[in-house]
Amino acid sequence: MIVNQFLILSAALFALGVYGLLVRRNIVLILLSVELMLNAVNINLVAFEAMLDTTEALGQVFAIFVITVAAAEVGIGLAIVLMIFRNRRSANVDELNLMRW
Amino acid sequence: MTFESWISEPVNWVFLLIGLAVLVSGFRVVTSRNVVHAALFLVGALGGSAGLFLLLSAEFVAWVLVLVYIGAVIVLFLFGIMITRAPTGLDEGLDSGRKFWPAILSLAVFVTLAWGSIDAFGANPVATTGTATVTEVLGESLLGRFVIPFEVVGFVLLAALIGGITIARRDLTPVEEESGVAG
Repeated sequence: MIVNQFLILSAALFALGVYGLLVRRNIVLILLSVELMLNAVNINLVAFEAMLDTTEALGQVFAIFVITVAAAEVGIGLAIVLMIFRNRRSANVDELNLMRW
Repeated sequence: MTFESWISEPVNWVFLLIGLAVLVSGFRVVTSRNVVHAALFLVGALGGSAGLFLLLSAEFVAWVLVLVYIGAVIVLFLFGIMITRAPTGLDEGLDSGRKFWPAILSLAVFVTLAWGSIDAFGANPVATTGTATVTEVLGESLLGRFVIPFEVVGFVLLAALIGGITIARRDLTPVEEESGVAG
């Protein structure tokens, strides 16, 4: 196995996440796309760890940190979505035009 | 390294299979017309990534991914979908109409990243499978050199917990508060 096959796969996954982030209207689906992008980053980190083979498993440590922060992000994000839905009866980003000038 | 010698390694067949599953699931996540299906296809993409981590001999991270993402985060997403959308069937209003420029932009992102990694790393090999990272090494690293970031990330989780409760809870009106009605 070479490191590039993992890097290219994760680049494709990241590009899919970017596409979903731009195309989706529903906030929950946008958060799903963000998860896809964070996962692509994790694949990169673990692949680099396997390439460099550090004695302290640095890449895997960073992947664990990314997973933790992603979990916190989902919790806060869904709480905000819940709040928005309760106030506006909608979870679509283009209908949240309260702060638009 | 030629393609023939690359494809002759059996482990690369496994990689191709898992990678194809991950890409198809990821594509369905961003294109599915059904919100619940999109969340369930994310399970496929994340499970495939866990398989890739196993190929890269990162066993602990693979199982953390399965436990934290597939076990907890997806359930959280499904709860969010259920609370914000009563009808969970097909929905045509999930995407915005403009798809051309996002597709061009994401293609550009892919080409840039792929070209950059091919240019920078060429055919650098990764460590062969069968030499799994000992979890002891990972633990000593987490609680040794990275103990401060470890504590900080724990604090971030605590703050997210408190913040999530504070944001999502329903504030009582003064009348409700006096009569002691719980939200």
